[in-house]
Amino acid sequence: MFSELRQAVSVFLALTVITGLAYPLLVTGVAQMVFPRQANGSLIECDGVVVGSSLIGQTFSDPKYFWGRPSATSPSCNAAASSGSNFGPSNPALHDAVKQRCEALRAADPDNKAPIPVDLVTASSSGLDPQISIAGAMYQAGRVARVRGLELAKVEAMITGRASKPLAPGLSEPTINVLELNLALDGKI
Amino acid sequence: MSSAFAVQLILYMAVLAGITPLMGKWMLAAVDGHCGRGPLGKAERLFYRVCGVNPDEEMTWQRYAFGMMLFSGVGALVTYFMQRTQLWLPLNPQHMANVTPDSSFNTAVSFTTNTNWQGYVGEATMSYFTQMAGLAVHNFVSAAAGIAVAFALMRGITRKSVNTIGNVWTDLTRLTMYVLLPICFVFALLLISQGMIQNFNEYVKVTPLDPAQGEQSLAMGPVASQIAIKMLGTNGGGFFNANAAHPYENPNMLSNALQILAIFSLGAGLCYSFGLMASDKRQGWAIWSAMAIMFVVAACFCVTFEQQGNPALAQYGVDQTASTLQPGGNMEGKEARFGIAASSLFATITTSASCGAVNSMHASYTPLGGLVPMWLMQLGEVVYGGVGSGMYGMLVFVVVAVFVAGLMVGRTPEYLGKKIEPYEMKMAAFVVLVTPLLVLLGTAIAVAGEAGQKGPLNPGPHGFSEILYGFSSAANNNGSAFASLSANTPFYNTALGIAMWFGRFAIMVPVLAIAGSLARKRGMAVTAGTLPTHGPLFVFLLISTVLIVGALTYLPALALGPIAEQLLLVAAH
Repeated sequence: MFSELRQAVSVFLALTVITGLAYPLLVTGVAQMVFPRQANGSLIECDGVVVGSSLIGQTFSDPKYFWGRPSATSPSCNAAASSGSNFGPSNPALHDAVKQRCEALRAADPDNKAPIPVDLVTASSSGLDPQISIAGAMYQAGRVARVRGLELAKVEAMITGRASKPLAPGLSEPTINVLELNLALDGKI
Repeated sequence: MSSAFAVQLILYMAVLAGITPLMGKWMLAAVDGHCGRGPLGKAERLFYRVCGVNPDEEMTWQRYAFGMMLFSGVGALVTYFMQRTQLWLPLNPQHMANVTPDSSFNTAVSFTTNTNWQGYVGEATMSYFTQMAGLAVHNFVSAAAGIAVAFALMRGITRKSVNTIGNVWTDLTRLTMYVLLPICFVFALLLISQGMIQNFNEYVKVTPLDPAQGEQSLAMGPVASQIAIKMLGTNGGGFFNANAAHPYENPNMLSNALQILAIFSLGAGLCYSFGLMASDKRQGWAIWSAMAIMFVVAACFCVTFEQQGNPALAQYGVDQTASTLQPGGNMEGKEARFGIAASSLFATITTSASCGAVNSMHASYTPLGGLVPMWLMQLGEVVYGGVGSGMYGMLVFVVVAVFVAGLMVGRTPEYLGKKIEPYEMKMAAFVVLVTPLLVLLGTAIAVAGEAGQKGPLNPGPHGFSEILYGFSSAANNNGSAFASLSANTPFYNTALGIAMWFGRFAIMVPVLAIAGSLARKRGMAVTAGTLPTHGPLFVFLLISTVLIVGALTYLPALALGPIAEQLLLVAAH
């Protein structure tokens, strides 16, 4: 009994030192040397200020910007407490939230009568989704062009040019990074 | 079902079939001691000397099980006290407070049992030290424990007329050092190259582009090293609350593909190891095929309902149609970069195995789409399954299947030359019954009392589904959730903790007992009357056994949850 307890304790502690200390420290060391940008969060800097990460979504409510996926965190896009809404499909609270998001999009762009792409009015899983569908970007292109006084074709060309490429043909639908698109519109990248 | 999904599924199964032999050979070579040569072998022997272990000792099933229980008990205690004292331990730049007793108990049990149910919000609760030296260690050793027990059972089936089933300490050590650790090192670096983070920095302060928004704080940490073993060891416990939906925990489609491949890789490989040990690879591929068929059907079922979308949203002028420009479908609780196809695929894989990582929120799935992950867990996660636990769970179903077949033709049931007798059947019946008992009894207690009724967020049948999903996940050591359930309360932390502990060890011990009993038997020659266990007939028989046990046990409960919700939703819109 005692010798088995000694074996259990020492095997557990020895494996803790190897897998819980040596392994993560070694991975961190190599990562900081080989992939420092990725390992530290893919941060975007403008004039020495960190304006965001190309992987973490931000909240936009100004009509001159493209809006991203709705976020269920509190406050919106809280990257220190990620979460989805966890509303079930039959929950009236979900239906109300979708209705309000549709109304907000239509109020910002009253002439646009097109149906709204579903990803623009449903909360993402993490609350930090950095991307939207191309359909979601095209839906907003008219509004952004009008508010900024740009040609629609130019805005649409920016969307097409910045769309993600699928890993293999036909493997997934293309998306676009909202923060990077807005930074490009502001001429910051 | 979209064409993107079909492409993903076909590619996935092809790659999985391709790596199965490699993984199978690798694990078998490791536990047989063939990896520890030269300086590695010297280091291994030093390890045993320090720990007071005799690597040449063979153990009876009782000693094997006792060692495994002691090891798990020690691990759970260490992790409990680490959480209770993390404020005073190093690597805590955010000054996370000590975790409450009930939450610490739940999390310690959860990670020890390979469940990784999480009642807490990772980036707002755990210090880097707790995540790395507490939780991630269990990701390694609980995975090694599962594989070790699977090998012990496979030895029991294939050895003849002996009392022993292996050495628990060498199995645990070799699987950790020669299989899990080297794969994870390479895997972690691949994930980092795709954008996963790996640092010990303070949370980064961001000035957002839109000045109307307040400052954003980006959670940091040693993520990739933990995620590698989280997926490979089918643990599933996220570094962040949003788990594999968080962009730092799953940045793109490539990281997603690597992660879902990791979930099944070792579970599938064990089928091949088994074929090698039985000196008949067809035995392993037969089990592999039964798993593959159930998995593919379930995945297609799930994606079909998710792609149809939510009928309640059509009235607001929302476009849920799939096209080349958007995934469409039910996008609530899903990420744009994964769309419907990669989200549904992930959900099916994570619950077929006992992983429980999520890249989309299962609580927001359509009623029948969400039924698939719940039911896969309830079947006992034998479709590839948890590393090890899937294989030994499936082998128990094999025992039941040959028994049923034996009854049908009036012969003494046998498997690979071993007679299946009352002792093995009693243990197998215990294994098949203990999880449903934990799930259904736990759910019944929760819905009957006030403390349990406070848990669900969603009204109606979905609320019941949340509780049923929670206990299904805990008792089957999955760890995914309908996360709308507020489970970080003393009631749920305790009840689910108990379900997780017995869901793991009340299965492991009888499985080892079967192993010990089978090892003692002498082998019998194959005759014309022997039921072949490598052909399509047996695959069909095995699938039927799994499905009948699962369907009969859980259909009434599922009718009260997802099925009722589906009927209400369709009727209202």
